[in-house]
Amino acid sequence: MSEPLILGIETSCDETGVGIVRGQTLLADAIASSVEEHARFGGVVPEVASRAHLEAMVPTIRRACETAGIKPTDVDAVAVTSGPGLAGALLVGVAAAKGLALSLDKPLYGVNHLAAHVAVDTLEHGDLPKGCVAMLVSGGHSSLLSVEDITDGVEPMGSTIDDAAGEAFDKVARVLGLPFPGGPYIDKAARDGGDRLYVTFPRGLTSQRDLERHRFDFSFSGLKTAVARWVEARRRDGEDVPVNHVAAAFQEAVCDVLTRKAIDACKDRGFEHLLIGGGVAANSRLRSMAEERASAAGIAVRVPRPGLCTDNGAMVAALGSELVRAGRAPSPLDLPADSSMPITEVLNK
Amino acid sequence: MLLAFDTSSAAVTVALATPTGEIVASSTTVDALRHGELLAPAIAAALESAGVTPRDLTGIAVGVGPGPFTGLRVGLVTARTMGEVLGIEVSGVCSLDILARQSSLSLPVAVATDARRKEIYWALYDGPAADGSRRRLEGPAVDKPAEVAHVLSGLPVIGRGAVLYGDVLGAADADAAEYPSADVLATGVATRTLEVVAPEPLYLRRPDVTMSAGPKSVL
Ligand SMILES: [Zn+2]
Repeated sequence: MSEPLILGIETSCDETGVGIVRGQTLLADAIASSVEEHARFGGVVPEVASRAHLEAMVPTIRRACETAGIKPTDVDAVAVTSGPGLAGALLVGVAAAKGLALSLDKPLYGVNHLAAHVAVDTLEHGDLPKGCVAMLVSGGHSSLLSVEDITDGVEPMGSTIDDAAGEAFDKVARVLGLPFPGGPYIDKAARDGGDRLYVTFPRGLTSQRDLERHRFDFSFSGLKTAVARWVEARRRDGEDVPVNHVAAAFQEAVCDVLTRKAIDACKDRGFEHLLIGGGVAANSRLRSMAEERASAAGIAVRVPRPGLCTDNGAMVAALGSELVRAGRAPSPLDLPADSSMPITEVLNK
Repeated sequence: MLLAFDTSSAAVTVALATPTGEIVASSTTVDALRHGELLAPAIAAALESAGVTPRDLTGIAVGVGPGPFTGLRVGLVTARTMGEVLGIEVSGVCSLDILARQSSLSLPVAVATDARRKEIYWALYDGPAADGSRRRLEGPAVDKPAEVAHVLSGLPVIGRGAVLYGDVLGAADADAAEYPSADVLATGVATRTLEVVAPEPLYLRRPDVTMSAGPKSVL
């Protein structure tokens, strides 16, 4: 019997993603992004994103099917991000998925966006480890999750108490005069001769006292402010701001805290695997530092390739595929879009 | 079989019609906040009660607004994806045109619906032709009721706007419905007595540039 063919739809933010997988094999990952329409506002405008999703939906489905060499009627199940995310944006994807499932008379799976970021790694590295810590870092969240069986649920260990890691990248990029979204530009500036030790920026929630209450939580708001103050002071004194060095030192502070806490979380659970996902997982320094520190601790790191770390439809299809393979019951046709879907809920029943 | 639905108002309305426009199943539920939850099950129920499968559908008719954006998009994206995978045509109809057809008056009429923010979506229509069709003379547009009261004055007003702003707009057509009816949409498209347009949303307003309150990009 061949593996199930799953079509996944993602519209939780500004990317319209349609992915197609067979079992754990990626067949297509079509994406339309409205990021350029938002760039001039320095953030995502929900109504602009929702309008773009409606326009992009059918062309993106068509492109995914063409790339995969399938007809929509070949699909065995439809998966869709039903939360968390921007309510109006989610709703477009959920309604589209229902239109497909209804027309094709195939089961519908409303899945959690964060769990999909974890499941996408199956497309790169096969079955997930029996137990692992997943660190999800992006413009929206920074979380440490304990994952035993992704089709069963995930257990949150910690998350950011203020800004998300990716948000800090965006804000610091703005301070440094770099474009939105900030992550890739800061990474590049740092790699272009940035000195990571040029300034030592604060590491949030790492003091002994903070660790008692926030062992696995993050805070990046203080770091962002520290960078902004440092840059302002320089400018006030009429000195040049060494963008590459500041970018590198800021990035170092973020990656230091993320990797330190992620490894501590693995040790706490006795897990030998650390999985990293979300847009910030594309950061080159985060990848290299995680590899270095994990291998010193006897922990294996799994990071999907950058194209799979950012929001896409393939990750939704991948999670849908795991759910189908595990024999989970599908979601009902009155499935709501849940903008604040809790991470403990992998499948909207 | 023609499937018709409209989600441009507080109502989710669904109907199935034969090629000649005879209604074989229909339902309407008023709940402004649950279009996304209600529409697909209502379509499934209509198909089931008529004993037909999606593959028996030969066309889809959908209201393109104007109306509150979130609900409007639920109807449009559903129509477009269904049309795509079933390989059938999707006909859009201005939702105010549907309402105009719901008046049985033999006079020119105005349609006014709730645009929220104390505004109305409105349009003006000629008296009905022999086949029941009505020509749109002005609109659709979005305005404050007081600003267009002089344009609508003297005409019977149809739609939710007539109920909400009756004191400003004048007499409502007491017999006409507040919300678009998928029955009227289905029959109008089947009998070609409603003007068909592309299934593109009639927003009539630019997007508000209010930033996402929550995450900029959810993980
Ligand atoms: Zn994401």
